[in-house]
Amino acid sequence: MGFLDVFKKGLKKTRDFVSDGFNKIAANMGVFDEDMLDELEMLLVQADIGARSATWLMDKIRTHIKKTGDASREAVLNQLRVGMLEIVGKPGRLDFQKGSLNIILLVGVNGTGKTTTAGKLCSRYQKEGFRTIMGAADTFRAAAIDQLKVWGERTSTPVISHDEGSDPAAVVYDSIKAAQARKADLLILDTAGRLHNKQNLMAELAKIRRIIDREAPEAKVETLLVIDATTGQNAVVQAQVFSEVAQVSGLIITKMDGNAKGGVAIAVSQETHTPLYLAGLGEGVDDLIDFDPDSFVASLLPEA
Amino acid sequence: MPIFDGLANKLTDITARMRGKSRVTEQDIKDMMREIRLALLEADVHYQVVKDLVSEISDKSKGAAVMESLTPGQQVVKIVHESLVDILGQTSGKIAVSPSGFTVLMLYGLQGAGKTTTAAKLALMLKKSGKKPMLTSVDVHRPAAAKQLEVLAKQIGVDCYIKPEEKSASVIAAQAIERARYMLCDTLIVDTAGRMTIDNEMMEELKLIGQTVKPTEKLLVVDAMIGQEAVNVALAFDKEIGLDGFIMTKLDGDARGGAALSIRRMTGKPIKLICVGEKVDDIETFYPDRMASRILGMGDVLSLIEKASQNIDEKKAQDAYERLKKNQFTLEDMLEQMEQVKKMGSIKDILGMLPGMGAKNLPVDEVDDNAMEKPAAIIRSMTVKERRNPSILNASRRRRIASGSGTTVQDVNRLIKQFEETQKMMKKFSGLSKGRKKGRGFGMGNNGFPF
Repeated sequence: MGFLDVFKKGLKKTRDFVSDGFNKIAANMGVFDEDMLDELEMLLVQADIGARSATWLMDKIRTHIKKTGDASREAVLNQLRVGMLEIVGKPGRLDFQKGSLNIILLVGVNGTGKTTTAGKLCSRYQKEGFRTIMGAADTFRAAAIDQLKVWGERTSTPVISHDEGSDPAAVVYDSIKAAQARKADLLILDTAGRLHNKQNLMAELAKIRRIIDREAPEAKVETLLVIDATTGQNAVVQAQVFSEVAQVSGLIITKMDGNAKGGVAIAVSQETHTPLYLAGLGEGVDDLIDFDPDSFVASLLPEA
Repeated sequence: MPIFDGLANKLTDITARMRGKSRVTEQDIKDMMREIRLALLEADVHYQVVKDLVSEISDKSKGAAVMESLTPGQQVVKIVHESLVDILGQTSGKIAVSPSGFTVLMLYGLQGAGKTTTAAKLALMLKKSGKKPMLTSVDVHRPAAAKQLEVLAKQIGVDCYIKPEEKSASVIAAQAIERARYMLCDTLIVDTAGRMTIDNEMMEELKLIGQTVKPTEKLLVVDAMIGQEAVNVALAFDKEIGLDGFIMTKLDGDARGGAALSIRRMTGKPIKLICVGEKVDDIETFYPDRMASRILGMGDVLSLIEKASQNIDEKKAQDAYERLKKNQFTLEDMLEQMEQVKKMGSIKDILGMLPGMGAKNLPVDEVDDNAMEKPAAIIRSMTVKERRNPSILNASRRRRIASGSGTTVQDVNRLIKQFEETQKMMKKFSGLSKGRKKGRGFGMGNNGFPF
């Protein structure tokens, strides 16, 4: 199955929602009038695209109509597609080389699916022949370490851990030392969920980030922010604050398969310009796929 | 809330533009309604709810109270706020108790909503109120979910029944009931696995568990950060299993929590409790007026007051106050107070809770959260003797303190000067309060802040 199909299947709900909605609005006449454009804007907001991005997209469409006088369904749809692609940007790929140390640091607010993503990433890179190792730096949530260890067993990957309640920075330090000693290709660090407005927890994260830079200057480090696709406009604030504190280099959007409409991907991209690397489309080990902007936008909109 | 401006600010802006006009026009109302619509959407309130609300508010705003008011912006804010409170709190949100004497509370929700943590919080709350609760996890899907509940249960000293090897959720549920009755517990809290409402198989599993345990209260746990989908999730759970109410989690974050409004309005079911932190006792009763202020970004003075009283050590404050009165305020006290203020969190956060202090009014670049770091470091570099009696600070001592704290002599001088000013002011105050009734504070409350 190609990416487009996977996306279409995973995002079926979103797709039906936006494209059916679009078709319904455009059904009466072939051309859009002001009321229909308003309805379209509401439709975008309902998909969690956010008032700001929705306004931006609608301005683009309105300007186009004013300039060309073409308010046909095709023209509106095309402008929408172009605008969305402009926001979501070019596809970004995680690029790791075997033979030297790579580090993935997973960060995010509580309950977005960091631990599950750590397990999925581990399985994915292991299949590609990477020597993997995981660090359980979530020492706060009860049984988070056990949860990661289960993933470690499933993928026969060593998990470096301390006791619950211990200093996560120390776990990170030990994990790096272990990864270096065992000549691992990829170290995946799971951290505790933290709300971005908690200053001390964010300071803890900044410390973890500093330790990585200090202890593994040779490594290629990707700090990935895990965002729950069901999140509303708060996701934008999350992305901004985490980027400031932990030098987020990319985003992972999880739970894209279910109830979410996934439009939040667009809202976040518009505000942060951070590449969207991966999308979680299910609970299975293989349900973490590369995020492809073209497929994503195509899967949102009805066919021309 | 860096990207959101309070609705109150926006409406005041519109009103400002109207200044000089004799009365509010239809167009002005329309402009205000547009701002209200955007504010509610930005707060993740469901679009249908927004649409209905705005038309209701628009009708109310066309009444005499607004049209003839000198402060129409504020009048409209008042109407909006009242409408929200109206929706949020029509019925009381007490957790029901089964007349049979054995209550079963069942928690549902999407993945990552915070069900397991909430289960433990709920158990502790019940335990504190004199009940004998038992916890059980029927989450057979997420690795170590049961273990997580067990660890939390141990922390709070509540019985917990788990069976990690058993693959059938309803079998565990049945055994847990038996166990709870045997242990003479009066409440069983059932933590279920997170699930998507479109996952039919998983929804069937819930019905099966429900048939086994016959829950007294069916509660949906909702993440305060959830977006437009909140309504569909709530409606789907309600349709499939019939909900009795909601618990909102992660309200200690900075999400506006518009979902509370949407689900309340669309399902008619009450929000019973809110979770406001990671600690096991961070669970609270739901207050409609506070939630309304939060959704509107109007600042939350009540929370600020609570935060202050939670974090300020009453006794220490009282001691400092006593010394103040006797004019014995020292640098040690000053340091103590700086630490107390710091405990309340970032100054930006605190300012953000004040009404009218939306992101727009806040000179974020000028608010330096580390402003208190320097003076604190300087004081910490002093000897105890110096702290108690700064008058002994000669040039050589000041040089030592400066190099010890990584500051300059000028910084040290500035701090000492500031301290002396404070002391002078204190003298005036203590003189004043002596003249008046004894024991009353000096007009700043008795927390004894000099600033």
